[in-house]
Amino acid sequence: MTPITPTHYMALAAALFTIGVIGVLWRRNLIVIFMSLELMLNAVNINLVAFSRQHDHVTGQVFALFVIAVAAAEAAIGLGIILAFYRNKETVNVDEIRLMRW
Amino acid sequence: MRYLPLIPLLPAVGALVNGVAGIRYFGKRVSGWFACATMLGSFLLSVRAFLELLGLPAEAREVTVTLARWIPPIPTPVAGGLGTFAVDWSFRLDPLSALMILVVSGIGLLIHVYSTAYMDEETPGAYARYFSYLNLFCFFMLTLVLAANFLVMFVGWEGVGLCSYLLIGYWYEKKSAADAGKKAFLVNRIGDFGFILGMFLVFFTFGTLDFRAVADAAGTWPVEAGAFGTLSLICLLLFTGATGKSAQIPLYVWLPDAMEGPTPVSALIHAATMVTAGVYMVCRNAVLFSHAPEVMLIVAVVGVLTALMAASIGLVQYDIKRVLAYSTVSQLGYMFLATGVGAFAAGAFHLMTHAFFKALLFLGSGSVIRAMHHEQDMRRMGALKSFLPVTWATMLVGTLAIAGIFPFSGFFSKDEILYRTFLANKAIWGLAVVTAIMTAFYMWRLMAMTFWGAYRGPAFAGRVHTADGGHPVAPHDHVTHPGHGDPAHGHGDWHGPHESPRAMTWPLILLAAGAVVAGLVGVPAALGGANHIEHFLAPSFEARPVAHGAGGAAPTNVASHAVEGAGPALPDHGTAPPLQTAALEAAAPSAPGHGPAGQGHGAGVAHLSRGAEIALMAFSVLVALGGIAFAWRNYISQPERAGQMKQRFAGAHRVLSNKYYVDELYDATAVRGTMGAARGSWRFDRTVIDGLVDGSAWATRLSSWLSGLLDTHLVDGAVNATGATFREASHGLRRLQTGLVQNYALLMMIGVFALISLYLIVR
Repeated sequence: MTPITPTHYMALAAALFTIGVIGVLWRRNLIVIFMSLELMLNAVNINLVAFSRQHDHVTGQVFALFVIAVAAAEAAIGLGIILAFYRNKETVNVDEIRLMRW
Repeated sequence: MRYLPLIPLLPAVGALVNGVAGIRYFGKRVSGWFACATMLGSFLLSVRAFLELLGLPAEAREVTVTLARWIPPIPTPVAGGLGTFAVDWSFRLDPLSALMILVVSGIGLLIHVYSTAYMDEETPGAYARYFSYLNLFCFFMLTLVLAANFLVMFVGWEGVGLCSYLLIGYWYEKKSAADAGKKAFLVNRIGDFGFILGMFLVFFTFGTLDFRAVADAAGTWPVEAGAFGTLSLICLLLFTGATGKSAQIPLYVWLPDAMEGPTPVSALIHAATMVTAGVYMVCRNAVLFSHAPEVMLIVAVVGVLTALMAASIGLVQYDIKRVLAYSTVSQLGYMFLATGVGAFAAGAFHLMTHAFFKALLFLGSGSVIRAMHHEQDMRRMGALKSFLPVTWATMLVGTLAIAGIFPFSGFFSKDEILYRTFLANKAIWGLAVVTAIMTAFYMWRLMAMTFWGAYRGPAFAGRVHTADGGHPVAPHDHVTHPGHGDPAHGHGDWHGPHESPRAMTWPLILLAAGAVVAGLVGVPAALGGANHIEHFLAPSFEARPVAHGAGGAAPTNVASHAVEGAGPALPDHGTAPPLQTAALEAAAPSAPGHGPAGQGHGAGVAHLSRGAEIALMAFSVLVALGGIAFAWRNYISQPERAGQMKQRFAGAHRVLSNKYYVDELYDATAVRGTMGAARGSWRFDRTVIDGLVDGSAWATRLSSWLSGLLDTHLVDGAVNATGATFREASHGLRRLQTGLVQNYALLMMIGVFALISLYLIVR
């Protein structure tokens, strides 16, 4: 069994990030987009922790913890916005959100 | 004599009342008799004033009444430094003005009475208007003759001109009457211009406009013999004014046309009073004229030429009023001749006698015209003697008077003029005698064609018109015809010519009496008379030698000529000069510059022997009788001779009938010239002035059009182009703004990848 190297971590993170990007860009449901966004954040966290271990330096892990805290706050605000939007439009489809169009 | 201003003011009241209230509310009787009453009051006051003046000693016969101050003193530069221009409303009674107010108010009164009957075919409004004008005229005329200074006289002078205009154009619906009024007014204005300039020069020279002050100042000047100085220029300008008002060459053309007015107007204004204003003015300034012998000669020549020319035109006229009009011009010429040879008293005397007999003749002609139903052509009259006995008799008196037959008034006045002319200039005397023959001839011709011979008028009931005529069978002697004046009394049932009502015949009779006796005040010494009028009038024509020591207005050069130490200094020119004393009287002959020329009956005038003087009188009477006899033969005893004469002298007759073509000449020169100049300046205005204005407007429009183009195309174009550019660009660019969040995110992603890729490649 080969040891798990930072390369593996980075591949996993890249895969996760790519899935998140694709979800953000292609899905129409706001909730799903939101969840895809969380995927991207967590992909970054994996990279941070991986490099922290690689370099034997704790800063990366602290940074990851900060990201988790910010993500939590972001999730609260984002879900609030989605709720408010749903109350107005009775939908969470991003195609319906075109207020900024010319 | 505080009542002196009332003499002119009474007719003014009449004019005001009749003019304001009479035209609307008065009946004919009220307005007519009201006007007559004001004239009667004026006449009675004139008589009283005259008698009071006679009661004074000869040297004190000058009373000045100042009504009010007109123009307060204004410092004004004059010839000798700084003068004071101040004018009062002041009236002066002296022998000359006393004579004039008697003539004006007396004859004015008679003509007012006459008019009440003559004008009774008018409507009440027009009747009141007529009397309002007539009263207004008397007011201005009395102001003119009573004025104590040039400016007040000028008020009257212009006022009578206005009234003349109004009365000539009284029947203004008739174009010829309106035109004649205009002509009279315009021609008079030319003369007035000279009068005004003369007045300016008088003030500039003497520093005052008061007649007495001017005369006294001028009396100290040297006589301008053989030279043309300031006094001559003043006199020439004043005489220009006189030629306009008194119808002398070259401004006489308006007077014959003025006959378009009602006949009493012709009698009052254009025969007896207004036209003599020029003669009066020259007499009033006798001292000035005496010092300008060159101008005196001009006056005499103009006078005699006018007399001759007008008399010759009168020989061939057929309109009864035009004969009298030319006769008036001619007699006015005589008056100027008299003043021109220095016989101012004779001029004023002839003015008075002429006022009587010419007013009489005009009123008589009015009676004839009325009897013939407004027919004025003498070829359609004749044999009226038995129809109009009173008119005939009175007109006969007038004719004998104007012809100068002894002992009628015209004889004395005309003979005085002829005598004085004979002494002054034989050639002018010759022309005056020829005029006298003509006068006798045309007046007798008028009488013959009107009253003798065959009846040539229209047929009337009870009488059939026949070519050869003959004497009327039954003279109508309707002295007071009741139906006359009734509008229904038209041409249809005309009963033939008949005598006028008493309101017309009485003035005729009174004037005829005047024409007989008026001459007696001037019986010359050669006939055993005392020539009262000349002695009476003499003070008005003389300067009083007084010193002008304190007179601030008197120029210094005048003061240098003043008689030294003779009498007290004049305190003010506005007041009457101090009465002269015996010492002054004695000093008069020795006064420097106190020339003999034309000083009334002064010692400098040459005399003929008594026998020669009587011979001269007899000669002029014979000459007049010759004229009458010639007319008698041509028009009464052998009427066919008139036609033969006309044929034999056809050329002369044509020239005379056309009044020497003077009207045509004036029309071709003055009238056409004025019209041409007016048209020319109109054209100049239309083309050049309007062209300039239009051109500048056009230029402005062009430039504004250009800047408009610039604005719309360049400025607006730039603005629009900017807008269009952005609009067009936005068409493409706004497609980027899809409004879809995911698009933006995608683009962001692509951008990030692109940047990272770029970073990786370039690094």
